[in-house]
Amino acid sequence: MLCLGLEGTAHTLGVGVVDSEGRILSHVSRVYRPEKGGIHPREAARSHASQVKAAVKEALERAGVDLRDLDLFSFSAGPGLGPCLRVVATAARALSVLTGKPLVGVNHCIAHVEIGRLLTGAVDPVTLYVSGGNTQVIAFEEGRYRVFGETLDIPVGNCLDVFAREAGLSPPGGPGVERLARQGRRYLALPYVVKGMDLSFSGPLTEALRRHREGEDLRDLCFSLQETVFAALTEVTERAVAHTEKKEVLLTGGVASNLRLREMLEEMCRARGASLFVPPPEFCADNGAMIGWTGLLAHLHGVRQRVEEAVVRQRWRTDEVDIPWRR
Amino acid sequence: MLLKRGAEAELHVEDFTLHPLGKGKVVVKHRVPKRYRIRELDLSLREARTSLEARLLSDAKRAGVLTPPVYEVDRENMRVVMEYVEGRPLKEVLEEMGREERRRVCREIGRYVARLHRKGLVHGDLTTSNLLLTPGGDLYLVDFGLGEYTSSLEARGVDLHLLRRALQSVHFRIAEEAYREICSAYLREFGKGGREVLARAEEIARRGRYIGREERGALLRDGK
Repeated sequence: MLCLGLEGTAHTLGVGVVDSEGRILSHVSRVYRPEKGGIHPREAARSHASQVKAAVKEALERAGVDLRDLDLFSFSAGPGLGPCLRVVATAARALSVLTGKPLVGVNHCIAHVEIGRLLTGAVDPVTLYVSGGNTQVIAFEEGRYRVFGETLDIPVGNCLDVFAREAGLSPPGGPGVERLARQGRRYLALPYVVKGMDLSFSGPLTEALRRHREGEDLRDLCFSLQETVFAALTEVTERAVAHTEKKEVLLTGGVASNLRLREMLEEMCRARGASLFVPPPEFCADNGAMIGWTGLLAHLHGVRQRVEEAVVRQRWRTDEVDIPWRR
Repeated sequence: MLLKRGAEAELHVEDFTLHPLGKGKVVVKHRVPKRYRIRELDLSLREARTSLEARLLSDAKRAGVLTPPVYEVDRENMRVVMEYVEGRPLKEVLEEMGREERRRVCREIGRYVARLHRKGLVHGDLTTSNLLLTPGGDLYLVDFGLGEYTSSLEARGVDLHLLRRALQSVHFRIAEEAYREICSAYLREFGKGGREVLARAEEIARRGRYIGREERGALLRDGK
């Protein structure tokens, strides 16, 4: 069975073709980059809309399949930015009507976990999903992916991006902060905020920005910001591992490419006798293949949606989704 | 004897010769170093949490919440020595107990949280693993490792929000019913201003979800 997945929750328009054996036949990404400042939902949506046709065509060509060969269409129904979600939902509905094949909307956060499991071989991990739009610690318990910890304010990727932007680093912000952090030597104490299993990043961000305006060394600030927020992420992940007694940790999302974060999680896992799994970078970032794969899992386990039901859910919670394929 | 290896500390049960009753059991909570974080941060977190926890345990007791008595605080080795409480974590028994008993326990939890908040304390990690039920039916609140002294609406709201989250993730079948019971007892015990705290907890639940850039921007600007 072949599925074409459409991802469009934020910056990235992704199209992937996946088969029911878990083979990724192709995946194509078009990333909207604002000229300055952060993402503007409508501008991003306009960019996605203008590229979705070409991206679908390219994905089909690279996979060596024809539109008629597809058995299923899936799209990221949420959570995400409304205008962007509506572009891929519209595209999926159009493709479904055109071909007469079914479609299914999938949860973006769960798709990250599922593609991670597929590609790394992790079976039942505690997942740390860290990106510019989301920060969650997720683990499967009794039929659902439960959120064990999450940010109480801004996502960690957003914290790093905003700091980079305000400090005049060129985008993307995260890698810029990581590069400078490697040259930092002095740890400047920043607010370290862990509330139970939940996190907060606006405090350390505000303080780091204040110190930057006061003329503090940017390398030391990048180093300190990373050490502070990543330690907090690692601590919360460790709490979830201790709580659920799971033996695997899956790191995914755009911030997963950060080597310092990986190193910290690696060390935490080693001390607890757990293993760390990280998918290849292109599948940590938002991509169409993860939507295709999760759509297949849902469809093969009986999840059905009529075209008129295939709508977007901007605030769709990870723990609201039934997961029949893990029963 | 190792009682529990938590995420941040090891709990050991030891005989304690200086025990007020002559001889008895104590729990030694030892915050172990975490090699994943840099030394400065590791030391400062462990030091701060060790001394803060001891103070919070005593002040909570004064506020009318059962907590284990503290016998010794060792800031060199990051150890807190406290009374061993004979009891089972509520996590293990909350779902199997009868409905009436569960209501009684939930009301007690609500009262405990309200008493802490009224005295300017928040627990910071309200989960059913941190509540012990003794054979006599007494409820002990333990592990103040993430607690703080604050009277801010936000901190109180987060405290309640976390409790609800803990219920939802571990006891989802009875979570809503339990949380309702906790909230109504909280309101009664807290008195004036209690409703605001519950409303803030609701708002925090929404905020943690995916929020649009405009909302995030507003949060940043407000410095929340």
